[in-house]
Order: sequence, then C-alpha cells, then structure tokens
Amino acid sequence: MNPVFYLLAALTLGGGLAAILLKHLIHAALALTVAFAGLALLFLQLDAQFAGFAQILVYIGAVAILVVFAILLTHSDLPKEGVFSRTWLAGLAIAAAVFAVLGWAVLASIDDIPQQNTTPLATVHDIGNALVGRYVLPLEIVALLLTAATIGAVIVAMHEKERPR
Amino acid sequence: MSVTTVSSNADQIFVLLRDWLVSFLPSALRPAAGVLLSVVAIVCVFPGLFALTTVFERKGLGRIQNRLGPNRVGPFGFFQPIADGIKSLTKEDIVPLSANAVVHFLAPLILVVTVFMGFAVLPMGRHMVLVDMDAGLLFFFAMGAATELSVFMAGWSSRNKYSLLGAMRAVAQMISYEVVLLLSAVSVVMITGSLSLPDIVDAQNSYTGIFPHWYIFTPWGLAAFIMFAIAATAETNRSPFDLPEGESELVAGYHTEYSGFKFALFFLGEYLAMFSISGLGTTLFLGGWSAPLSVLNFVPSWIWFFGKVMVSIFVFIWMRGTLPRLRQDQLMNFAWKFVLPFTLLNLMVTALWRFMGQGWLRWVVCSAILAFAYILMGRLGLHRKHIGPRSYRYAE
Amino acid sequence: MTLFPSPLVGYLLVAALLFAIGLAGALVRRNAIMVLIGIELMLNAANLNLIAFWRFGPRPEALTGMMFAIFSIAVAAAEAAVGLGLVISIHRHTGTTDLEKMNRMKG
Repeated sequence: MNPVFYLLAALTLGGGLAAILLKHLIHAALALTVAFAGLALLFLQLDAQFAGFAQILVYIGAVAILVVFAILLTHSDLPKEGVFSRTWLAGLAIAAAVFAVLGWAVLASIDDIPQQNTTPLATVHDIGNALVGRYVLPLEIVALLLTAATIGAVIVAMHEKERPR
Repeated sequence: MSVTTVSSNADQIFVLLRDWLVSFLPSALRPAAGVLLSVVAIVCVFPGLFALTTVFERKGLGRIQNRLGPNRVGPFGFFQPIADGIKSLTKEDIVPLSANAVVHFLAPLILVVTVFMGFAVLPMGRHMVLVDMDAGLLFFFAMGAATELSVFMAGWSSRNKYSLLGAMRAVAQMISYEVVLLLSAVSVVMITGSLSLPDIVDAQNSYTGIFPHWYIFTPWGLAAFIMFAIAATAETNRSPFDLPEGESELVAGYHTEYSGFKFALFFLGEYLAMFSISGLGTTLFLGGWSAPLSVLNFVPSWIWFFGKVMVSIFVFIWMRGTLPRLRQDQLMNFAWKFVLPFTLLNLMVTALWRFMGQGWLRWVVCSAILAFAYILMGRLGLHRKHIGPRSYRYAE
Repeated sequence: MTLFPSPLVGYLLVAALLFAIGLAGALVRRNAIMVLIGIELMLNAANLNLIAFWRFGPRPEALTGMMFAIFSIAVAAAEAAVGLGLVISIHRHTGTTDLEKMNRMKG
C-alpha cells in the first residue's frame, strides 16, 4: 500500500469530518470541497481517469457552488441556536453501528476478495461505446431525470406570484 | 544539412534541448527530470508572456482610446511590467480585520494553481505536450470549473458587500457560460472522435492543395468558434462581460480587499486563464501548431501556436477597447436565451455534417441551416423591443 | 493494519468510514443544508466503493463499475439541485432552516 493512498485517505476523511463538525456553514462547505478533491485523487489513483475528472467537474464545479449559494441565500452562515440536534447521541450511535457492521463485513470476507491487479484499460473510446451500446437505456433515463430535475428545481425555488387575498 | 533537417531541428529544438539536459542524469531519474524541466519551462514562459501582454494591453487600449499608453519606463514603455512587479511586491499586504484569514489567503493560490494545471494538456508544438492524457479536454474543463470556487472564496472571505456581490455575479456568469464552452467543444470532439488534444490537432493537420483542414473553415466550426470565443470572454471576466470587476460598478469586485502580491496573483491568474483558454481555442478550432498554408511548414510549429495565441489575445484587447459593458441581466439573457439554443442547434448540424458524407451538398445544407437559424433568432429577439433610430439629448 | 492482503480492503474501509461520517452528519446536525452535505458524503462513499470494486474486480473491461459511478455522479448532482431548491423555498416560507423548529405538520 503506497503512502500516497494513506495521504489521500487522510485528506478525504479529514475533509469529511471537518464538513460535519464545523460550526460555520461556509467553512463546512469548503471542507466538503476538500473531501471531494481527495476523492477525485483517489479515483485517479484507481486508474479511473474519466470518473476522477467528472468528479472534479461536477462535484467541485457545480455541487459545491450550489451548496455555498444555498447557504448564502438562506442567511444561515452562523447558526444562532446550537449546532447539534437534541438527539445527537442516538445519531452518532447509529453511525458508529453502521460503520461497525460495514467494517466487519469487509474484514470477514478478506479471503474471498478477488485479486485483480493488472491495470484495466478504460479509454474514453470504450466508455463512449459502452454508453451508447450496453448502457443506452440508463443514459436516456438519466437525461430525462436531469431535465426533470432542472425544471423541478427552477419551479421549487422560484418566487411565487402574489395571489390576491 | 538540408533545409528539411534544419527546419525539423528548429521545430523540435525545445524537445532536443530537454533531452540533452536530461541525459546528464542517470537513466532512472530521466523521465521525472524531463517532466520537471517542462514544468519549469511552462512556469517561466507564460508569466513572461503575461508581463508582455500587460504592456500590449495598456498601449493597445491607449491607442484605441486615442491616447498614448505608458511610455516612460524604457523604450516605448516596454519595461512597465518590471515597474508594476516591483510595485506589487513592495506594497503592504492589508487583510481586513473581520476577514476570514485562511480562506482569504487561499483564494488567489487556488486560482493560480488550477489555471497553471490547465496548461499541462495544451500541445504547444509537434510532440510538445506536457501530458498526453486520454481525457485531456475533460481535465482542462475540470480545472476551469475549479477556478469558479476560488473566485467565490475570494469574494466571500473579504466580508465586504461589494466583494460578495461581485463574486456572486462572477460565479453566476461563469456557470452560465461554462455550459456554452463545453457544448461548443463537444462538436469538435464529435468530429474528431477523441478527447485527447494532440489527436484533435493531428486531425486538423492535413491540407487540400495549400489550404488547411482547420475546423474553423467549416460552417459548424465557424459557429462553434464564435460561440467558444464569446464564452471564453465571459469565462475570464473580460470586457464586454466584466461587470463583476468593472471599476465604475463595484469598486473592484471580488478582489477589492486584496493588495500587493495577492492582487498581483489575481491579475496573473486572470491573464493566464486568458492564455490558457486562447490556447484551447487554437487547439480546437485553429489547428493548434499546424501552419496556415502547407508551403509554410518550414516554420517551427511552436511559433505558429504562440502566434495564434497572441492574435487571440490581441482580439481580446481589441474587444475590451471597443465594446461597451453588458449589464448582468443582459449577459445572462444572452447566454441562456440566445447562445445556448444556438449551440444545441450547432451540435445537431455537426452530426448532420458527419453523416452526410463528403461533397459540396453538406456545405450548402449546413451553412443554410445555421444562417437561417441565426437570422430567425435575431428577428425573434428584436420582436418586442421597439428599437428606433437613436436620439440624443444634450444639456441645455 | 498497515499491510492489507489486498489494496481493495483499504479502499473499502475508507469508503465505509466516509459513509459513516456522512450518516453521522445527516443525523446529528440541526441545519437542513448540513443534512444535504451528509447525503453528498454518503453518495461519494458509495462511488468510491463502486470504482474500487471495478478496479480490483473480476471483469473490469465490462466497465460496469465506472458506468455506475458516472451515472451516480449525475444523479447526485440533480438531487443536490432539487434538495437545495427545496431548502431555499422552505426558508422563504418559514424563515428558518433549523430542523428542530420544523417538527410540526401545521403551517
């Protein structure tokens, strides 16, 4: 396991932890961006170039900006009341239990894990062929979903016209 | 030595120089040292070009506005960047008390780093690309998207209403025109069949007679190039899309609270973004490093690349001096209601071009569709605006 | 745990930890936008899992893991847009984004 993996894993997990623990929401959103960047680098480490660059383009270039705009438009930079909800202990316990179950599942099946160590070749040409060949139905459905999401987001967030009372 | 070997040596002179310098090291270190040398070359050449461009811009704008530009420092003012550099480095670095220090510090750094990363995939000459990535174009756009976040960080961390407003306007503008930029580049990818920039240049490197096969000389290529140019001007916040940083509007937009070296970094980042997007435009549409006429192939390829980039920069400066600034709502209207539908139509015309096969018919049909659509959209846009002859009112 | 029998185990554990962190964020924070941030972290952890299995799995040339991850990125972006639009609309209606205050059906 090369040290780059440990560094990137520490960066990603550190960013994720900071994102959920920081009080100031914009700092949390910027820590989330660091987590996204760490994940993109992990994808590149796994020879998934297209997925890594798509992660930077979509998550850092669009989702992070969306989150920041939403924080600014709802004036919720610094929460006036507390940061954590009343039932925070239960939430933490559930998350810890989920991690315990997942970790145990991974470590218990160590012997059955497949060992593919040659680098797979995933050129953009292959991805393009797969997208219009085997995965054309998911592609069309995602296109429909994105159109519906765009129209829906605009309608939901639009200013309503004043109805005469 | 015949003429062809001299010209091919001149063409590959930087590659040969790098290989010669690297040959002094043991062969285990050679690839890493080669890459390091190329990175150092890029980091030295482009800021040097930036310094030259600042003088050209100020002199050029001055001549367009019927005045002399800077002409005190050096012959015709050409040493002005040195004076500007010394001024920026020696000014006091003021950080507002209520500003968010960490984010305020990181914003110009992230801007400059992501813009420099974009240069890694541009083919600056034959065999002169730093990294030949399979998904090079996608990497370039990913770096462009990361730039937007640094603009927002700069504006928000200053705790200044003008900065925040400027940053939000800049980000909204950049996001809208990013879609147009991507879609006009996709038409080039459709025809070439590859996302790798050296492949795109190789596809344009052939000649019929003496005329080159650049994509700008095709109807869909011309339309895509014009929209790419508009989107590139908006992405780099240049006039006429420079409302986020217009001096008469918002003090200085998102870099109001920056002084000294950090301001110089923002300035550097903006001009380098201009260079990098001009480089992408020449690679996609103007044939990259290939010569305009096949008889001129003896001139080294890197001279053609940098020449085309400098011509694009000249056009940027020309537009800044000539066109008035667009208002924010006019700018967004233009992007979403005019340029984006036209880009989508251009995509379909590109597909039609590819499937019509060779011959004169596809030229006529594609040009006719694009011209008709342009005139129709222009007429529809002017439909409810009663634009009559101009009338002036002078003070009595 | 410095030497895993396979690098895959390392990636899976990082993904599981990131998922747990995201879940904790979604359950513990009071602000609606923080819940959405937690959801994004969970989706990203799932993507990491998919790509890790694609890389070390039996048939990487079928590109299944990569395709799944790309579609997941697209769907997550759409869901973030709609979710944040909802939060903005709720803020306009009730004046707050605090989840502790929005625990009634009335209004």
